[in-house]
Amino acid sequence: MNSRELILGRIRAALGDTAPPAEIPRDYRRGDEPADLDRLVERLEDYKAVVHRGVPVAETVAALAPAPLIVPPGIDPDWLPVGVDVLRDEGLSAGTLAGAGGVLTAATVAVAETGTIVLDGSPGQGRRIISLLPDLHICVVRADQVVASVPAALARLDPRRPLTWISGPSATSDIELNRVEGVHGPRRLHVILLEAPS
Amino acid sequence: MTTFLGMPTTSPRGVGHLRGDEAFPAAARKALGNAQLRRNLGHATTTIRAKSGAVIAELPDWQELRTAGSALKTDTMARLPELLAQLEENVTAAGGVVHWAADANEANRIVTELVQATGETRVIKVKSMATQEIALNEALEAAGIEPVETDLAELIVQLGHDKPSHILVPAIHRNRAEIREIFLREMPGVDPALTDEPVILAGAARRYLRETFLSTKVAVSGANFAVAETGTLAVLESEGNGRMCLTLPETLITVMGIEKLVPTWQDLEVFLQLLPRASTGERMNPYTSMWTGVTPGDGPQNFHLVLLDNGRTAVLADEVGRQALHCIRCSACLNVCPVYERTGGHAYGSVYPGPIGAVLSPQLTGVEDNASLPYASSLCGACFDACPVKIDIPSILVHLRNEAPHPRGERAAMHAAAYTMDHPRLYAAAQHAAKLSRLAGRRLPPPLSGWTASRDLPDPPPETFRDWWAKR
Amino acid sequence: MRIALFVTCLADTMFPAAAKATVHLLERLGHEVVFPEGQTCCGQMHINTGYQQDALPLVRRHVRTFAPYDVVVAPSGSCVGSVRHQHAMVARSAGDEGLAARAEDVGSRTYELSELLVDVLGVEDVGAYYPHRVTYHPTCHSLRMIRVGDKPQRLLRHVRGLELVELPAADQCCGFGGTFALKNADTSTAMLADKMRHVLDTGAEVCTAGDSSCLMHIGGGLSRLGAGVRTVHLAEILAATEDTP
Repeated sequence: MNSRELILGRIRAALGDTAPPAEIPRDYRRGDEPADLDRLVERLEDYKAVVHRGVPVAETVAALAPAPLIVPPGIDPDWLPVGVDVLRDEGLSAGTLAGAGGVLTAATVAVAETGTIVLDGSPGQGRRIISLLPDLHICVVRADQVVASVPAALARLDPRRPLTWISGPSATSDIELNRVEGVHGPRRLHVILLEAPS
Repeated sequence: MTTFLGMPTTSPRGVGHLRGDEAFPAAARKALGNAQLRRNLGHATTTIRAKSGAVIAELPDWQELRTAGSALKTDTMARLPELLAQLEENVTAAGGVVHWAADANEANRIVTELVQATGETRVIKVKSMATQEIALNEALEAAGIEPVETDLAELIVQLGHDKPSHILVPAIHRNRAEIREIFLREMPGVDPALTDEPVILAGAARRYLRETFLSTKVAVSGANFAVAETGTLAVLESEGNGRMCLTLPETLITVMGIEKLVPTWQDLEVFLQLLPRASTGERMNPYTSMWTGVTPGDGPQNFHLVLLDNGRTAVLADEVGRQALHCIRCSACLNVCPVYERTGGHAYGSVYPGPIGAVLSPQLTGVEDNASLPYASSLCGACFDACPVKIDIPSILVHLRNEAPHPRGERAAMHAAAYTMDHPRLYAAAQHAAKLSRLAGRRLPPPLSGWTASRDLPDPPPETFRDWWAKR
Repeated sequence: MRIALFVTCLADTMFPAAAKATVHLLERLGHEVVFPEGQTCCGQMHINTGYQQDALPLVRRHVRTFAPYDVVVAPSGSCVGSVRHQHAMVARSAGDEGLAARAEDVGSRTYELSELLVDVLGVEDVGAYYPHRVTYHPTCHSLRMIRVGDKPQRLLRHVRGLELVELPAADQCCGFGGTFALKNADTSTAMLADKMRHVLDTGAEVCTAGDSSCLMHIGGGLSRLGAGVRTVHLAEILAATEDTP
């Protein structure tokens, strides 16, 4: 008998005639309330992200002057800064990425309540590695991508894609349980929030 | 036939880190005498309690989330065979390979052989309780493979030739000055001018591990959640070492207990709110990675999932104790436990310390192998209130005490006491006898000397209540 | 109201003052107190030490003794917790569903003193007088098992002459835990040390609580230190008046 059948047999023996609960009580908030952009900004900043609101992307990126700047293959061309050395990722090596000045990506969803941005590897966001190795991550979020809370974010995401949920720059609480920023991931996170024209 | 094919089985002896060398009271005594440890633990647990309490208070529906989390886990356990089969099917369809490990030995053998098949001699590791439990590092080292722990706290433990003492923060027993000293002594190439500022210490770990991340081709991880419906795995972390391990290598091997499932994708909405707030006291941990099998052109192109029993089916067989399998490893119960706060994690002997360890370890090993752990609690109930999935730890402790082997003398004394208390005349006589014996002195003989070593007994009253009542 | 007193074995034997105070207080408030013969111990020590089989006859005895009464009071959150949350479990483990149902029934009519006063009798000012600086320790089982909340403090705030001072880290266990104090005496003592430090920090002359067991622990430690702080059961404070201090 293989271990699969062994374990499944043990589980069935352990459970006997245990019945699952008739219903899961879901009396918590399901995230259908409108997203509060001010709250997103406040929560991002609370975890040490820098937020740029209502500013042109290209100029903002240029002012941060990352050199070279990594971009995913499907980056919005209007976001590309003038006068900055741009490297488009078409299989860049880990060494090149690690030595880059920064990376510019779009996002898929942002969660106001937790100050979280989610990337899903689509063309404007690129491979997971490109937003990991450079020390500066600049992420562009559109207002219509912001949801109120975690349940609404999951409803918008495709689980078949590789997903990275980012809440502030890399941090650790491993020394005396105090949070300090800056370990292995990008030590600087800048978020450019594009609000819909009124 | 099922009895023969698969009786629920405890974790085997001789492998893994579920059994301590000595009973809890003896191990606790040593820890209690360590003033530095007491201070470090007091400081850390006080800090995390305040942080966690603040972010939990922000959610108006925390109790409703706990209720849902508890019900989802109950549902998962009741449907475990079908959900595991569904997970296997979905992981396989997405390009992953699923392995089943009946115990620690089999899991260690599977992982070792998978690494050997790549021809590599070094693996990078994301912090994982399951691989600690089965002592995977020791098994890999025995096969000539170097495991490198990349979580900061695990790194501190590994460099310090130490043992983890907390589920979430394995080096919680070390303060910044001790960490600096370990780094200076053990970290190759470290800057001799290193200070004890946490941000400087974190930066030293970043520099030390960066080249290892970029050049290692195999990673080993655990998993916080696996979604049966989609075959998706999730790892929650803070530092980015998890992202490194889950993204950069060519081969990823994930070892996961069979209880870590959630039924559907949407069910993550409950646990992704509960876990960060209960564990690190954050609204959301800095990084969460989710992956489903293999993504062409992005991340590891070989993915293996090892599903581990190692005593979990024995836990599942106990109708009272099985809720210990609902644990999402947040460690909130450790942080609020007055016993853990004073003894630290090493006294528990197992990789699972604190209140959850006191109910999980004895069930994984069989209670006779961890007989002192169910008693390592004053039954104060703080753990139950703190648990994000409402595991009734005090009730499981009481249940396990009933299952535990009892010292012969104690058994006789308890039996005699119960007999006396069931016979009111004997009981009244015993009350008076107790009063007389108390006149003998203020220090009691063993085992009652444990009381009078540090506390006085009150003077016996002139008469019992029932004597007074009878005279009214 | 006719109220049956479940004295608890500890108060009966070691702390009759707390039990007598419960009687005096309830009679002063105009109620009839009865003391059912045949009561001994609820079996909590046996249950919590792993001897449910030995506890079973005690559970049976307790249920039989108190079944005839509509309202039962005990000067102990811990013993009420055992009656309310453990007796049915012990009966059920032994396969006695009938006893479990009767135990649940008795449990639902059994109250800790502050619950009885505030919830059942609807009184917060019991007319007490106690001119002392007092701090209140919420015992674990009253706080987290039967959830008396702030009822004891509400009662204490109405006591004339009493200065109530808040205990730092009040919700932390004192380290008693029944046989825990013997089996893990060192850890228990370490917990007690912190509890005593907090009590001393308040500058109170009296530390009170709703459980004689925890008070015996805290009081035993304070006495060994010669700290000059007394432990007094909540019932004794509530029973005290200008005439009978």
